[in-house]
Amino acid sequence: MHDAATHAAAHDDSKGQYFWVWGALLVLTAIEVVLGYKQIFSPVRMLEVLLVLSIIKSALIIGYFMHLKFERAIMRWMLVISVTACFIIMYFFFFPDAGRIVTLGVK
Amino acid sequence: MADATLQHDAVGHGVPGAYEAPLFGAYSKKVGMWLFLASDSLTFGALLIAFCYVRIYTAWPTPFHVQSIVNSTIMTACLLSSSLTMVMAVFAAQRSDRTWTRYWLLATMAFGTAFIVLHGMEWSKLIDEGLTLPIFPKPEHAAVGELADISKNTPQFPATFFGLTAMHMLHVTIGVIYLGVIAFRKWFLPVLGLLWIVGYVLIPSDNVFHYGIHVLLIGLIVASVILFLKPKDYDAQDVEVSGLYWHFVDLVWMFIFPLVYLLSTKIT
Repeated sequence: MHDAATHAAAHDDSKGQYFWVWGALLVLTAIEVVLGYKQIFSPVRMLEVLLVLSIIKSALIIGYFMHLKFERAIMRWMLVISVTACFIIMYFFFFPDAGRIVTLGVK
Repeated sequence: MADATLQHDAVGHGVPGAYEAPLFGAYSKKVGMWLFLASDSLTFGALLIAFCYVRIYTAWPTPFHVQSIVNSTIMTACLLSSSLTMVMAVFAAQRSDRTWTRYWLLATMAFGTAFIVLHGMEWSKLIDEGLTLPIFPKPEHAAVGELADISKNTPQFPATFFGLTAMHMLHVTIGVIYLGVIAFRKWFLPVLGLLWIVGYVLIPSDNVFHYGIHVLLIGLIVASVILFLKPKDYDAQDVEVSGLYWHFVDLVWMFIFPLVYLLSTKIT
């Protein structure tokens, strides 16, 4: 009986945390939209700020909604490291080339 | 008997074999979905990086006025809320509450459908105003104005915009069909067929969605084949795995929304 009650309490707590995450995601989206409206940053700085906010949002979604935070450590690390590594490789292939086009003066 | 021997051998002599514990501590469907999502994230990553790449060396237009931004913000809120209802559906499935699992899945599908409809209206508005691609149906009267100029002078803009958002819209549509099949199994198929026919008849032939609606027919065929081959009752694991896919679709939009919309705003 005691176990069941504890389990139910834990269950409610965990449900509450999803509402918090949802609220945080909505607030972060609102911040992004306000930044888009105010245009206080230069485009490059704006890109950096928006990307950081997006990465925080995606971490919340992956960690809580997709439950990765509660998976086994090997699964967490395997997925995060492999996907991040692929993106870094993609970045190295794409952007030096984009810079080369700029310095060649191709518009 | 043979199984028992195998198990004894595997445990007794430390031989890795059929009875080894799963490496990730999760059932295989979930691991499979995670691997698919990892590869799909690279598809979207490549598209987004290509978008940034084109943007770096092109004088990039900023055509999105207040109305577009308000619309896309509502779409973002719809997707975020659909993720919450999806989490509730997974909870309901885990406590074997079939009725509430269906209700929550239905709510998730409703939010997803709202997203698709809002996005479709946004597309139609932009196309009417002249932002278009050569493959889209030609309007009777060619549009003039800011967006028509963009299509002529910077074709990279409509190409990347429609490419990225169409790929995402396709994923949302597949997600709604996926959830519909999980929630209602074969009873969802006639609904899907009806939506396809009604959509095809009602959407005028000079609108791009007159052809885009055929995605529903392809979805109907694929879902029918799957349900024919495996007419099973979907359990809590299936709901959780479909939830992973749904949250991923939400996740991708969290990058498309700021990169495509918020970096191209024109607030006057």
